[in-house]
Amino acid sequence: MAVDRAVGRALMASLGPDFEERLAKVPLHLGPSGVDPFGLDPEWTKFALAGAAFLHRRYFRSEVFGAENVPEGRLLLIANHSGQLPLDGAIIGAAMFMDVNPPRFVRAMVEKWTQTIPFVSTLFPRVGQVIGVPENARRLLSRNEALLVFPEGARGISKTFDHRYQLTDFGLGFMRLAIETNTPIVPVAVIGAEEQYVSIANLGGIARALGMPSLPLLPQLALPFGALPLPTRYRIYFGAPMRFEGDPDDDDAVMEEKVWLVRATVQSMVNRGLKERKHVFW
Amino acid sequence: MSRAKKPKAPAHGTGKVVVTGVCGRLGKRVTRVLHRTRPVVGVDRRPFPDRPKDVQHEAIDVRRKKLKDVFRAGDVEAVVHLGIMHDPRASSTEHHSWNVEGFGKLLEYAAQFHVPKVVVLSSANVYGPQAQNPQFLTEESPLLGGARFSEIRDLVEVDMLAQSFFWKHPTVETVILRPVHILGTVRNAASNFLRLPTIPTLLGYDPMVQVLHESDVVHAIECALRPGIRGIFNVAGPEPLPLSRIIKILGRRRVPVPYSLAKPMLQRLWSLRLTSFPPPELDHIRYVCMVDDARARTVLGFTHAKGIEEAVLSIDGEG
Repeated sequence: MAVDRAVGRALMASLGPDFEERLAKVPLHLGPSGVDPFGLDPEWTKFALAGAAFLHRRYFRSEVFGAENVPEGRLLLIANHSGQLPLDGAIIGAAMFMDVNPPRFVRAMVEKWTQTIPFVSTLFPRVGQVIGVPENARRLLSRNEALLVFPEGARGISKTFDHRYQLTDFGLGFMRLAIETNTPIVPVAVIGAEEQYVSIANLGGIARALGMPSLPLLPQLALPFGALPLPTRYRIYFGAPMRFEGDPDDDDAVMEEKVWLVRATVQSMVNRGLKERKHVFW
Repeated sequence: MSRAKKPKAPAHGTGKVVVTGVCGRLGKRVTRVLHRTRPVVGVDRRPFPDRPKDVQHEAIDVRRKKLKDVFRAGDVEAVVHLGIMHDPRASSTEHHSWNVEGFGKLLEYAAQFHVPKVVVLSSANVYGPQAQNPQFLTEESPLLGGARFSEIRDLVEVDMLAQSFFWKHPTVETVILRPVHILGTVRNAASNFLRLPTIPTLLGYDPMVQVLHESDVVHAIECALRPGIRGIFNVAGPEPLPLSRIIKILGRRRVPVPYSLAKPMLQRLWSLRLTSFPPPELDHIRYVCMVDDARARTVLGFTHAKGIEEAVLSIDGEG
């Protein structure tokens, strides 16, 4: 335990003095027993935030643009998904916590199958991740929380390297949710995650047999410390909030038009980010 | 309940109640509360040694014709059905005929003798613990409890029977209560599990769980018996907690076992009759199965009295 604490202190120290300050300011909805009904535990969350902040500030040395665009109150962050492991979610969470004022705590909607993996099924709820079903999203938005959704889902994160920064199809669920709950959508572009793991192929057949959404073939795993993501430099862009109106139960065709607007916005933010980027690693 | 306010249904809320499964621990608790304000007829084939003097006990099997005599005697104003068999060791035919056939009979008589109120104690387990469950299941969620656990299909069927009765007999106020894990002196799977001297959990899994003290269930039944109340209600008690925190309240030792090991082990123990926990019940300590009880809090007017610590510690109490 003493080692844990020493590591914890070193981690906190590396994050600068504003980490603790922000932690005190971030709003959490805890019950009388100190746990949130979705299973969030502030002790675990503190370490998860510290870990994410370390990746954000030190490992990926991310740059954040447009933090002032993030409105107060409930919101849906809609981002491109990439990088084989969902580190982009952690970095967006860290950016919302470290760079947005006042600091926000982001809850991401995660794949249902994560609940079947031991340890992950405990860790995710404890640090505020929620199973991606509309009922949960509605409940969180009604409590004015910030929700992170990757409408590309597993298709996006498992893209091979030759398809990097090309957005795949967006699901429609987030748009119905945004209209129904009158929630602003903040488009988010993440640059840098595509290069952290270079996937040359996706072994879909084997993945299906193992019950996983994807199984990327990563040559870098053969290198020493190859399991670590390559320390690319992340760039996070928060766009201006978008608001949509209409009937949340409208036809898919009507929804698709609105979703297309969001997707095009994210894609153009990605394209601009790529153009502005001087180098993958710095 | 003042009689003057309800001239049209003067007997509502104070008349005779038929309670099935009255000799179980929960049945006795319900009886002890209800007999203070209204006549109670208990139906249970088991003996009822310490029964209050004014409670009438009919030692009959709910599947028998004799049950009709209880209704024929007249003035039955409410039926509270607690007599659902949960014994996983009973043969499935016996289990099914008791739960489904017996309950069907009960409903038939309730309709025939114009009983104005039927209260059924179902369970939140009818939703079933699953990886894709939303954190809080509403009353409209599908009853998928039987997907992997066939013994629970009876309970789902009882719940469905009650729902169809609701539509077939709109004049009867049917209430279905779906409480979360009931803790206390009752001998149900949840309480028995927490009573184990060393509690096995699944390595890497720690779902949020909701528990409810048995006396709060009795209160929910009281609320359901109030005139004008009808419908399906999820009943939950204090705020949910991770399973590990609940075990910590008890101060018992917890042994995490990998799922891949726990499942075959439990199957073996079950087939050797060394445990009372059927293997599919492992899902209850693996996935969430929590309910949204907003409707019970607003429409039913239910509030829980026992906090989380009291509810959890009550499993070791004397009943």
